[in-house]
Amino acid sequence: MAERSMVEQDNEQPLLIAEQLGKSYGRQLGCRDVSFKLYAGEVLAIVGESGSGKTTLLQLLSAQLKPSAGRVLYHMRDGVMRDLTLLGEAERRFLFRTDWGYVHQDPALGLRMAVSAGANVGERLMAVGWNHYGRIRDAASSWLERVEIDTARIDDAPRTYSGGMRQRLQIARNLVTEPRLVFMDEPTGGLDVSVQARLLDMMRTLVAELRLAAVIVTHDLAVARLLSHRVMVMKGGEVIETGLTDQVLDDPREPYTQLLVSSILPV
Amino acid sequence: MTATMLELNEAAKTFTMHLQGGVVLPVIANVSFTARAGECVVLAGPSGAGKSSILKMIFGNYRCDTGRIAIQHRGNVVDIAGAEPRQILDIRRHTIGYVSQFLRVVPRVPTIDVVAEPLIVEGFAREAARERAREILARLNIGERLWALPPSTFSGGEQQRVNIARGFICDQPILLLDEPTASLDAANRAVVVELIAEKKRKGVAMVAIVHDDDVRELIADRIVDVTAFAAAA
Repeated sequence: MAERSMVEQDNEQPLLIAEQLGKSYGRQLGCRDVSFKLYAGEVLAIVGESGSGKTTLLQLLSAQLKPSAGRVLYHMRDGVMRDLTLLGEAERRFLFRTDWGYVHQDPALGLRMAVSAGANVGERLMAVGWNHYGRIRDAASSWLERVEIDTARIDDAPRTYSGGMRQRLQIARNLVTEPRLVFMDEPTGGLDVSVQARLLDMMRTLVAELRLAAVIVTHDLAVARLLSHRVMVMKGGEVIETGLTDQVLDDPREPYTQLLVSSILPV
Repeated sequence: MTATMLELNEAAKTFTMHLQGGVVLPVIANVSFTARAGECVVLAGPSGAGKSSILKMIFGNYRCDTGRIAIQHRGNVVDIAGAEPRQILDIRRHTIGYVSQFLRVVPRVPTIDVVAEPLIVEGFAREAARERAREILARLNIGERLWALPPSTFSGGEQQRVNIARGFICDQPILLLDEPTASLDAANRAVVVELIAEKKRKGVAMVAIVHDDDVRELIADRIVDVTAFAAAA
């Protein structure tokens, strides 16, 4: 077979670039020297045990924490690559309301528990300039359907919802503005297994249909396998192994990754 | 002469088991063979010889430690052994299909969508993909009443056929088959043999593992003896 140089198939720019990202809290290390590129439609899972730096990294990537080292570049909708640390507070908040989503492990942190489900979803739309009540309500109700919440519950507040419903509502609230990037912190943590399966299946479909890019922090390797294309394994604040998800899980190279994979309980 | 779609050149794989005191397990070494468009190469050798590992290396599921695994991908030659994850995903979408030994089921997803999924990922509209899924499920004798159910509760043979349907639904130019007929009855084995013959006519290059002598006889254009690639322990 004739050897030809390996040509990059596309000239697509990454959506997000992390460059030698690090964070220390005084002498305590949060994470160190993390670099990667994330493209549109790509789902990256960050796995590792508690305290490995996963959540710190997620907060750095989503500009909620200032890095002690390195930087995060983001490809804005106008086509310009911007260094997130140099964004003003207003710009950062606008990004959060429009182009990004952030799904918390605890839905109470991502929802307003005392206002109606419809308002929870509609609020994000109003923030981007929607002002027609009927249209907002229609959009909210169509999103409730998409996340399999009975639209008869649209006027109920999420504090009357079950855990699984709250999590699905949080996802609807995040996706209604059609963000390009969603950060998720243990999105299935704390849910029953049957509820988890439903949520995972739903997230998988939505991510594919909307061609979302996502960064998902999870300690559950089954979640990583189902949802992600690529995985980064963290230990002690550093990325120790990275690659295609099925490759890292089926052919783990590092001792710690082998330990993680072999610790999954068979069902 | 037809085009070479796949060429392995001295590919090797070793596992290092860190949890077992760093035991080094050489699986295979010096794997060299080619597959051309329209031919089915069958890997032969006893269990444990490393046949499945070779398929997994070609699919990018196992890393290749040394050597080259060159494939024709969208008009270019790409070495899987050195490809970026993103490139491997693109290769799986458009160039290499893989029928694994076991179906990995996603909870709650109906059989019809399990089968249609690779086509949708490749860019087909959902309904068109489902239509193709119905055709191939019917050919493999999966009853219509099962199509809306998730395959997790199906019998071993039914799951295997769902897996085959999922693997054969696309028209990728390279197809890897890991014991596709292992748990099938004679009638369904015949369907799979027929599906393989159709792929050959479409110019698909295949690498297969089959233990059944009759099936091997029917599908193999060439046999590659994997014991020749045994790694020195």
